[in-house]
Amino acid sequence: MSKIYYTKEHEWVAVDGDTATVGITGHAAEQLGDIVFVETPQVGDTVEQGAESGVVESVKAASDVYAPVSGEVVAVNEALEGEPGKVNEAPLGDGWFYRLKLADPAELNKLMDEAAYKAFLASEG
Amino acid sequence: MSGAEDLKTTPLHDLHIRLGARMVPFAGYDMPVQYPGGIVREHLHTRGSAGLFDVSHMGQAWLVGPDFETTASALEALAPADFLGLAPGRIRYSQLLNPQGGIIDDFMTTRPADEALDGRLMLVVNAARKDVDYAWLREHLPDNVTLETEEDRALIALQGPKAEAVLARHCPQAPALSFMQAAAGEIGGIAARYSRSGYTGEDGFEISVAASDAEALAELLLSEPEAAPIGLGARDTLRLEAGLCLYGHDIDETTSPVEAALVWSIGKRRREQGGFIGAQRVLKELAEGTARKRTGIAPLGRAPAREGTEVFSESGEKIGHVTSGGYGPTLGGPVAMGYVKTPFNRKDTPLTLRVRGKDMPARAASAVFVPHNYKR
Repeated sequence: MSKIYYTKEHEWVAVDGDTATVGITGHAAEQLGDIVFVETPQVGDTVEQGAESGVVESVKAASDVYAPVSGEVVAVNEALEGEPGKVNEAPLGDGWFYRLKLADPAELNKLMDEAAYKAFLASEG
Repeated sequence: MSGAEDLKTTPLHDLHIRLGARMVPFAGYDMPVQYPGGIVREHLHTRGSAGLFDVSHMGQAWLVGPDFETTASALEALAPADFLGLAPGRIRYSQLLNPQGGIIDDFMTTRPADEALDGRLMLVVNAARKDVDYAWLREHLPDNVTLETEEDRALIALQGPKAEAVLARHCPQAPALSFMQAAAGEIGGIAARYSRSGYTGEDGFEISVAASDAEALAELLLSEPEAAPIGLGARDTLRLEAGLCLYGHDIDETTSPVEAALVWSIGKRRREQGGFIGAQRVLKELAEGTARKRTGIAPLGRAPAREGTEVFSESGEKIGHVTSGGYGPTLGGPVAMGYVKTPFNRKDTPLTLRVRGKDMPARAASAVFVPHNYKR
């Protein structure tokens, strides 16, 4: 059973053992509007917590996606190439961006759990 | 939001809020960028049905002279279209030029169909430029032609293949208009000036009413099942796919109408005789060509190339930049336009776009990515 963590930049990471799946939250997707293009890292790339790891583009603008944790990318969601709208439809499901092998589980301590993220959203708005 | 208090509002502001619009500042106005359905849905709705746009932020003004010839001649001194040849009830697209031949603004001119208004020409100018335009006009009009701005009007556009049917239910005269033709009358009992024109590439109408009638007219048209409200986000994607220029991006004070590929709007007699501010450069460019040209730019991949993106030739020479770019919902992919060194603007010339430090292939293309559906 995965545990989900959230960043202040509205990315989520679902951790299952030492594999982590990354995407953007429903809040981010809703703020962006219709998503028309997603750029992810490539399989084999190393990403670093807090550093850029791809781009998500809406009709109006491009937004950086920051890696919630560090690790080596082992899979990317190829379906997003033809159907970037999946990010709007199912941001925590079929709209996932990439999967990586967790380099340092201790990094998760820097992230928010669901309750903390909900509180964060409430304070932001 | 403290910023919003400094913004002007159109007569439809309350309606936008009631309809759930996401509001943004644009040209000093608080305007709807989208409604809850989102930009893509609004764009597709316009091309398939009828979209209703609030464009009341744009400037509406009259040039008033003793007779048509005097007023049209005064305007001909400032813009390169054939205004003297404008028949009653017809509209012309043109640009106000500065002495260097650059574009101060692009605008539409209507000669009223009603003879009683002889001597008057109706101008619609861009919101972001109206102060500049009015000052320029006041400075350069002869003493016997005055500028009368209309501060108490709304402007509503109804665009798309179902626009005619929707409007006809409340204005039986509307279907008889052809593209770039204007009339005055009533829509659902509301006094209106209306024209068959627009900024989407689709058939449609632009309707001017008193500010106090704006909400009633908008609600009347929105009560029709085919009509839906459309925000500025979709207005931009629609005009981009249609290859229409946006002032401040695709045209500005440094671009001439020849570079901007707007020669079609320069009257034949004007191309031969000049007689307008900026004619020196325009006539020279007509004779000799230009170093750069506005062209459509079609990225071959899926990544959008936005305004400012650098354009290179296949051999790596920097040859231009994107002035408008994004996603085209009807096309289902990225679209762009920009200025490119001639002859790289020629259709199908391979181009390279540098997006986020990476080279992406593209080609020069017609800026009209989606064919126009004007009712000529």
